[in-house]
Amino acid sequence: MAIAGMTEWFGFHGGIQLDTPKDLAAGSGLLLCPLSPRLIFPLLQRDGRNAKPRVTVGQRVLKGQPIAGGESPGQPFIHASSSGVIAAIDDRLLPHPSGLSGPCIVLDADGHDEVVEFAGVTDYRDEAPEVLAERLHAAGIVGLGGAGFPTAVKVRPDGVRVDTLILNGAECEPYISCDDALLRHRAAEVLEGARILLHILQAERCLVGIEEDMPQASDALTAALGGWNGDGIEIAPVPAIYPTGGEKLLIRVLTGREVPADGIPAEVGVVCQNVATAAAVYRAVVLGEPLLSRIVTVTGTGVRRPGNWLTPVGTPIAHLVEQCGGYTDRAERLILGGPMMGFALLSDEVPITKSANCVLVLTVAETAGRRPAMACIRCGACAEACPVELLPQQLYWYSRSDNPDRLAEYHLSDCIECGCCDFVCPSHIPLVQHFRAAKGRLAARRRERGQADQARRRFEARQARRQREQQEKAEAARRKKELLQRMSAGQVASPAQTGDLAEGRTASPQSRES
Amino acid sequence: MRFSTAPAPHIQPQASVRGLMLGVLAALVPGVAAQVWQFGAGVLIQCLLALIAALACEASMLWGRGRPLVPSLLDGSAALTAVLLAVSLPPVAPWWITVFGALFAITVGKHLYGGLGYNPFNPAMLGYAVLLISFPRTMTAWLPPTGVAAAQPGWAELLDWIFRLTPPIDGMTMATPLDTLKTQLGMGVALDQIRSSPLFGGLAGAGWQWVNLGYLLGGSWLLWRGAIAWQIPAAFLGTLFLAALIFFLAEPASFPTPLFHLFGGATMLGAFFIATDPVTASTTPRGRLIYGSLIGLLVFVIRSWGGYPDGVAFAVLLMNLAAPTLDHFTRPRPFGRQRR
Repeated sequence: MAIAGMTEWFGFHGGIQLDTPKDLAAGSGLLLCPLSPRLIFPLLQRDGRNAKPRVTVGQRVLKGQPIAGGESPGQPFIHASSSGVIAAIDDRLLPHPSGLSGPCIVLDADGHDEVVEFAGVTDYRDEAPEVLAERLHAAGIVGLGGAGFPTAVKVRPDGVRVDTLILNGAECEPYISCDDALLRHRAAEVLEGARILLHILQAERCLVGIEEDMPQASDALTAALGGWNGDGIEIAPVPAIYPTGGEKLLIRVLTGREVPADGIPAEVGVVCQNVATAAAVYRAVVLGEPLLSRIVTVTGTGVRRPGNWLTPVGTPIAHLVEQCGGYTDRAERLILGGPMMGFALLSDEVPITKSANCVLVLTVAETAGRRPAMACIRCGACAEACPVELLPQQLYWYSRSDNPDRLAEYHLSDCIECGCCDFVCPSHIPLVQHFRAAKGRLAARRRERGQADQARRRFEARQARRQREQQEKAEAARRKKELLQRMSAGQVASPAQTGDLAEGRTASPQSRES
Repeated sequence: MRFSTAPAPHIQPQASVRGLMLGVLAALVPGVAAQVWQFGAGVLIQCLLALIAALACEASMLWGRGRPLVPSLLDGSAALTAVLLAVSLPPVAPWWITVFGALFAITVGKHLYGGLGYNPFNPAMLGYAVLLISFPRTMTAWLPPTGVAAAQPGWAELLDWIFRLTPPIDGMTMATPLDTLKTQLGMGVALDQIRSSPLFGGLAGAGWQWVNLGYLLGGSWLLWRGAIAWQIPAAFLGTLFLAALIFFLAEPASFPTPLFHLFGGATMLGAFFIATDPVTASTTPRGRLIYGSLIGLLVFVIRSWGGYPDGVAFAVLLMNLAAPTLDHFTRPRPFGRQRR
């Protein structure tokens, strides 16, 4: 990938160039989303467990008060993003690709926005890294790039030395510009967050990866940095090729290091955080403020006035879209996330969560008439586009024939579901959908096999136990018989003395025959 | 508000099978034009015959298999097979040769295996090979190129030859340069003497060199558009050139120049349009290199020592057999994995 530029970067295989209609929302500046009268906090966490509620229905809570979660560093806190009364804790539609419902805490805001007292640290440099990590946990900070991994866990990798912090500002998906808006308006917060993260990680340098087509964000960062590079922070433009913003790919592009397929970035000495996470780290440590809001891009030809909105966590999407002037007549599909990896929502009643970076509304023209899939002609365009260098044409073949051994051999599990293969396929085969289904089947099979293994182990243990018992019994009977024979050969024993032996003899037919 | 859902990605793919096939058909134009210029309008009649037979056969096979007609008929794959077969046939081949070849290609070569995407062999080359084996005399009776022949036959003559049931009179037709070379070398005629015949031009066979240049031009356009992978033509032509060069340098009296191989026979058509058929070729980058270079090598071997004057069809069919194995053993190293 030879692209001329100031910074030298490392290439990765494949990827695609997408038209990026980012200016749709990027021109709006940073808008403040007014408080919604009702806020919804789903309890489902990224590990599939539900956070435990810390409040009861009818209880009044303040803005910034923890209302659920926080049992362990892996279970982030959920805070009330405004003051009000807990109206309900019940099952509601979740912002989740499954379209299922799950438990949510519903808060009726009272409009006073009454805040608990926040207390930041006076100088983070005086604090021990583990104290600061604990603060991040208490502030409920998770990765804001989309995956939502608890930051407190990520900044304390066990037993490995991290030398490089990467801030991910490469919004490679079309339409999304929330990180761009953040960098333009709050570059100083991002950089201060980077310094705090460097201190927690005890890392030497920080690379802020932003796409080349974000010149204003780059300028804002450069201005905030003030030309001084003494703290090891460097702005690194990266090529605007989808999916450069994927964590492992960005690490490769910026450092040339390749994270093992089954491993995490810390194994190659890198920790990667989204730029918005860095800004949240700053607010948590310096201002003592929990993660209560985030910037969300609301865009697409299906909304009247696209824009970037600083939105309280828990705000229903319907409320947010209302601020954008509502839907256009042609609005057809509501997507949480970008057009490549986002998922379609059934309803706009679901709330904005910490990991929701974009609400995209597409019209019939953009979505309708997905042409019917035709047979794979094995052109290999998918393999050329795959950033992980898999062979989607082979994976497709083996996922259709449901061949788990071959799927493992061709590393189906390494697929990041970026959708590049789908996008370039001339036969319009929904490849990612096939791969997701195949992954699901493999997982189900693994579970079944695990259960079968367990059942088999139980059965074998029981067999072994019964065999042992029988052997012991036979052994006891044999010894008794021997004793009996010795006694009858030696001296005559009274029946009273051999009473217990008779019992043993009847219980063991073999010993009677011998 | 409620919305309909669908899985990601939510933007439409740009390319289509039809676009690909039509692109390849368009890229055939310079080569076919050169062929018409050199060998007369018979080429066009063969194309038309093959197109009609192939599309009718495709439609009836689809109907018989209970598949929707329109998308497959319009995807251009049957038309491409027809044209590739037709340009491989002698311009004055009788109509039933062309029709039988097209029917065999579509029926046995394609639909009996499950249709587009499932056929292990290149259908056009399968049709061609069956014709060559079944009707060797008719299939090697080519017209002399313009400049060698006094005049190209007119439409009336062509139609008369193609649509009568007996093969054309021997005096009208001529062996191809590759054929002549093979026969005469076999009879112990010196290469210099053979090449002094008017059947040979500056680069390769008279007429054929222009046809090959035409296909090279169209093929380069496909490469430039990214419609075909560079590995197969590059490896094919590179290996053929190298093999020919080695033997030419070792024994210039009995092996023609590498350029004769590159611009003679079906080399360029094979390298850019036949070996690159996505369905039947290898699909991994390294696999494509091996696939292409083995075809090049086989073409040289068959031309030099085989029983047939040209070897593109057989070389491609033989390597079609090897493509799945090549794919399996040339998997790229996925990101973050150790090389096996």
